[in-house]
Amino acid sequence: MTWLPVRLARAALTMWLVVTFVFVVLRLTGDPAAILLPDDIDAQTLAFYREKWGLADPLWQQYLKYWAGLLHGDFGISFRNDMDAFALVWERVPKTALLGGTALGIALFIGIPAGILAAIWKDSWIDRTIMTSAVFGFSMPNFFLGILLILAFSLRLRWLPSSGSGTWAHLVLPAITLGTGFAAQIARYSRSSMIEVLSRAYMRTASSKGTGPVRRVALHAIPNAAVPVVTVLGIQVGQLLGWAVVTETVFAWPGIGRLLTHSVALRDLAVVQCIMILLALTMVTSNMIVDILYGWLDPRVRVGAGTAQK
Amino acid sequence: MVLTVENLEITIDRPGRAPVRPVRDVSLSVAPGETLALVGESGCGKSMTCLALAGLLPRRGRISAGAVQLEGTDLARLPARQARQLRRKSVASVFQDATGGLNPVRTVGWQIAEALRLRKGLTRLEARAEAIRLMGMVGLPDPERRAREFPHQFSGGMNQRAMIALAVAGNPRLLIADEATTALDVTLQAQILDLIGELRDRLGMAVLFVTHDLGVVAQTADKVAVMYAGRVVEANNVRALFAAPRHPYTRGLMSALPRPDADEERLATIAGHVPPIDKLPSGCAFAPRCAEAHAICTSAAPAFTGSAACHNLAAGA
Repeated sequence: MTWLPVRLARAALTMWLVVTFVFVVLRLTGDPAAILLPDDIDAQTLAFYREKWGLADPLWQQYLKYWAGLLHGDFGISFRNDMDAFALVWERVPKTALLGGTALGIALFIGIPAGILAAIWKDSWIDRTIMTSAVFGFSMPNFFLGILLILAFSLRLRWLPSSGSGTWAHLVLPAITLGTGFAAQIARYSRSSMIEVLSRAYMRTASSKGTGPVRRVALHAIPNAAVPVVTVLGIQVGQLLGWAVVTETVFAWPGIGRLLTHSVALRDLAVVQCIMILLALTMVTSNMIVDILYGWLDPRVRVGAGTAQK
Repeated sequence: MVLTVENLEITIDRPGRAPVRPVRDVSLSVAPGETLALVGESGCGKSMTCLALAGLLPRRGRISAGAVQLEGTDLARLPARQARQLRRKSVASVFQDATGGLNPVRTVGWQIAEALRLRKGLTRLEARAEAIRLMGMVGLPDPERRAREFPHQFSGGMNQRAMIALAVAGNPRLLIADEATTALDVTLQAQILDLIGELRDRLGMAVLFVTHDLGVVAQTADKVAVMYAGRVVEANNVRALFAAPRHPYTRGLMSALPRPDADEERLATIAGHVPPIDKLPSGCAFAPRCAEAHAICTSAAPAFTGSAACHNLAAGA
């Protein structure tokens, strides 16, 4: 069983690269103290803050100190309000998880059945309708769709709130905005995967047993078609998080995405780094979950699955 | 007769283009315990005929004329649902690519058991026990354990045995074996042919054996139908056909066989190519490649007289 250690080592390497990259790039793009503090501040105060935030040391010392902190679970202090950066970020996690989770749910609930239906009735009007909508949902920029929805459902019809996160009603528009593009992508992947599977010889074998259409699709086609879709899903979760930043900004949803845009603008280094590490960790975890699922779905790659003969 | 096919015609509709008829006026019959070999080159319509009989035609394909009598019931005239039910009980197929023909994410045992549950309505447990018995019957070693394995854990020959077990599950009346041994090496091929023959005798099935290999025909079949460009050009029992092939195409196929007793350097070939199914010549489809063709051959399709469809034979008879 060499699989798990290798995967863990690779995950650790990924995390190290992310931390290093974010750390260096953020410091190359300008002095946080100069940006965060008022323009007319005297040199002495500036020096005081630079000393306090550890920005006066050489870069490599800052880097080592940061790692020393990280290994003790200390993500540093927010420059903006002196709070623990991790606590500041963690407070926002449930909101983003709620939005992302709902959007993912919507995307799966719509995207997978749509893709399957389109594949089964390939080249028919059903297929064309679904695929046209998918191209539409796929190419519509997130912020634009968000603004359209706000115009229609908040300003005109006054059915749903346009910003904030107080009630379930607040969740509807951002979740739809975030889920639409994702649903379109999933529909496209599900369709092509399903078309591929439906043309396979084993599907003809299934028919030759006299399986009905529902059994054919549910028990013979979908378990095979799911394999590549799940793989893509793992990668797409990262994209979903990226889109979440935009969506949260449009709907003033108080999640990690909005915190990230604010913190980047203010060069609140500790917060930005903390968010990036959490995002990278989410990605690494979701990819590992996909790998495990993949082995569970496809016996050919299952760990220790006997001797493969071709 | 288990199966009687009369004047079968298959039409494939093509969007925006004229439909094609890859099978025209094909008549066949097979009795219980009998093997009929359907012989011909790629694209002659033999596989399409099988797919039509098994109800597995592609979506745009349909039986456009003729009758497919399965133990006296005409499948071509039955509503789709009833035809499927009848086929499920009585017709089974084995195809060339057994490894690709088995579902990679289901165990072999599950796939055979599913056939039993669908065809005979067995419960999960009964089907499982019966699947293991069938796997033993087709010569798979250690069936109890092998039933829990996946197709990728089997060799090609074992998968073909599993496919045969799957096909004979529920005692079908007709077994269609479409190039079932073509992909296998010679020793395996002989084993699988023996297995099919043994099961045919034991279960009293009729076997429709599709192949382009005349050696396999001589080994296994009782009767032969030779197809060319969607039609049966010659049909006879095996001995008669091999002793005295009548149609020029059949004679061409025979002379293209390698003979251990002759020391010619090159094998004989039939000049020209099989015409594409949407560009068939008028008259006899074989006429452009036929050394004995006359004026009438290019103007009218020959009728089936005796055991072959050829103008020359009709004139002589």
